[in-house]
Amino acid sequence: MRAVRLSVVTAVAGATALVAVTGCTEKSDAKDGDAIQVTAADSTCDTSAKSVPAGQVTLRIENKGSKATEVEILFPDDRIVSEKENIGPGTKYTLTAEVKAGAYEVACRPGMKGHGVRQKLTVTGGGRTAERDPRLDKAVADYRAYAQEQADATLPAVKTFVKAVKDGDLAAAKKAYAPSRIGWERTEPVAESFGDIDPKVDTRADGLEEGQKWTGWHRLEKALWQDKKIGATEKTLADQLVTDLTDWQKRVGKAEITPTSMANGAKELLDEVATGKVTGEEERYSHTDLVDFKANVEGAQKSYELLKPVAGKNDPALTAELDKQFAALDKLLDKYRPSTDSYDFTSYDKVGKDDRKELSDAVNALAEPLSKLASAVVK
Amino acid sequence: MTDTPRDRDTDDTDDTGIPAEAEAPAHGGAPSRRALLGWGGAGLALGAAVAGGAVAMAGGGDDIDPAGADTGDAVAFHGTHQAGIATPVQDRLHFAAFDVKTTDRAAFVQLLKDWTAAARRMTAGKAVGDGAYGGLAEAPPDDTGEALGLKPSRLTLTLGFGPSLFEKFDLGDRRPEALVDLPKFPGDNLEKSRTGGDLCVQACADDPQVAVHAIRNLARIGFGKVAVRWSQLGFGKTSSTTPGAQTPRNLFGFKDGTRNIAGTETDRLKKYVWAGESDGTKWMEGGSYLVARRIRMNIEVWDRTALQEQEDVFGRDKGEGAPVGKAKEHDAPFLKAMKPDAHVRLAHPDANGGITILRRGYSFTDGTDGLGRLDAGLFFLAYQRDPRKGFIPLQRKLSASDALNEYIQHVGSAVFAIPPGVRDADDWWGRALFSEEA
Repeated sequence: MRAVRLSVVTAVAGATALVAVTGCTEKSDAKDGDAIQVTAADSTCDTSAKSVPAGQVTLRIENKGSKATEVEILFPDDRIVSEKENIGPGTKYTLTAEVKAGAYEVACRPGMKGHGVRQKLTVTGGGRTAERDPRLDKAVADYRAYAQEQADATLPAVKTFVKAVKDGDLAAAKKAYAPSRIGWERTEPVAESFGDIDPKVDTRADGLEEGQKWTGWHRLEKALWQDKKIGATEKTLADQLVTDLTDWQKRVGKAEITPTSMANGAKELLDEVATGKVTGEEERYSHTDLVDFKANVEGAQKSYELLKPVAGKNDPALTAELDKQFAALDKLLDKYRPSTDSYDFTSYDKVGKDDRKELSDAVNALAEPLSKLASAVVK
Repeated sequence: MTDTPRDRDTDDTDDTGIPAEAEAPAHGGAPSRRALLGWGGAGLALGAAVAGGAVAMAGGGDDIDPAGADTGDAVAFHGTHQAGIATPVQDRLHFAAFDVKTTDRAAFVQLLKDWTAAARRMTAGKAVGDGAYGGLAEAPPDDTGEALGLKPSRLTLTLGFGPSLFEKFDLGDRRPEALVDLPKFPGDNLEKSRTGGDLCVQACADDPQVAVHAIRNLARIGFGKVAVRWSQLGFGKTSSTTPGAQTPRNLFGFKDGTRNIAGTETDRLKKYVWAGESDGTKWMEGGSYLVARRIRMNIEVWDRTALQEQEDVFGRDKGEGAPVGKAKEHDAPFLKAMKPDAHVRLAHPDANGGITILRRGYSFTDGTDGLGRLDAGLFFLAYQRDPRKGFIPLQRKLSASDALNEYIQHVGSAVFAIPPGVRDADDWWGRALFSEEA
């Protein structure tokens, strides 16, 4: 929704950006230059070596299973160093990557989904890598999995929306619009970290740069609610939305996520609420702002819950306050929906000035202590 | 206030409210030598003392410091009374009223302690907490930073409790009788978004950035426990609490409130401003009551009003500020010479059984109002020992018959109990209210 990408979460260009470490003297069970054999099957993932010198690492992969698989080298926080998708049954592939010293995992994902089967891989070499609390690595890995789940779940919802647009069914398209955005809104800081996707899918008219073509959700929102018509352009834009969001879905695994970026990402979600939703600017045609609002809060809460084991130990007063404020904001939001099972929220144009002020105060009450979460995590 | 350099033995008009004493260095406009020596020392030029208000008193009322307004010095935060009432009026204001959002008394008390600690630092010209830089890169700094490198600028922070606060924390039996809800006055056109509040903080400073910084940081510390309900920026003080200073002009171009109480007038402060033992609320001893009114001025209409009419409305001349028929601003007014509905005639203590309030108002302009008119006026701040004997009877009278009403409208309103000063490093704002038994 913003043209400018957020600063805290930054995407890495890819594994090639990693610097090779040379001059290794430590003993490894795979010698410099030797490839690691990876034998993937439907429920196993065997590797011929558990440690390897830093530098160029080669995986010789063979899929002996019955399903297509995907093999990845992963950082401790589940960020992808390098990967190969769609290795068919019975086929082989050689994957190479420049890898610095540190602890990694090799993952085989039979059927190309889920957590996969994992093997530890230690990359040895000069220069110690900074040790991080394993609980924080787990928090980051779990958050990455969450972001991936949200992206995976978003595409079918978007396709439902897009189908209605292409069918020219105005009512169905309006109904499917807000639900199609929930996964995106929950993980917006990750999504926005890929600077090129956000401007294509979530820009508002006033966020356009000169010469930029307006595409994405809000362009369609205007067509549906303000212009009240679906033309050929809208249908083309609907297809484009699927293409762009598929790109996002594929890249979530490579987003650079750190414990502090998770914490600050949670706060940024609240900032999104404070600047765009509380004012009613985000969904100015559909007035579905409260759906986005709820999704932003849920995404922030997810980050927070994952970091809480560490943050709560370092600063119990802060987590107590955050628990209280999350609960208070949730409770306040529940006033605006008939049932907590539903994402049908009151149309924001029906929310009066005093109620908007109350929502704004509750957002500030949560966002301010949330801004201290990052320091509680790294204390 | 224990030691007042300015001797008051020549003042025999105090209790009757006869003017000419309050702002003038001495009767008749010629300062006595004694007054001069007492305030500025022998070396201080008369002209500076009279025109510039170069003498100033620091502190919450206890400490006298001849530091001038323009030195950027700090005003003592600790004292019997809160600073920002009798303190010489600074040039700028940022006033904020807050709603309390928590029902947790302990959390609210902690906020008062946190605010006190922050106020103690900011009024001394220091940054909040660990400062604005140098901390953890991933976290926002404790202080917002826009006052870095600026002098303390005589910042004062004055806290008040609104009537609604006492209901929120079940403190009904501790609500002072003097803290009454203001009645509806004829002509009031109060906007809800500029009225009321459970709490207020008045920030006065000679540098607007310092005042804004203070309120901004307190609001930030308060998120989740309090929320800003409304706020007001002010410039161009419209009254003075410094003896010898000329009364500043309001946006109508007139001097008003020349009979204001000076910060040095211990006796009048005690009589009209500070709540005392006999007032029945122990925790308020040394405190005061504040009435805040946002008074919109119909600037454009006023500006096309004939000079004679303007002068008749106020009962003063525009050039000197002298009352009708008199030569000098501080000359005692002859009320009967004024029109019956002249502002000064109606508002003067003599016409109101001696009613006297301490005014600290500021002019404001908040851009335009969407109709191309200046959204401007007077943010009126009046401190008194009891609003039932101060602002309320005065405003009842003014709202009924003041000729000025044609050119002004009251659009915002609030009343607050201002607790006594924070005594020392262990004390905090409101301790007596929240700690002691009733």
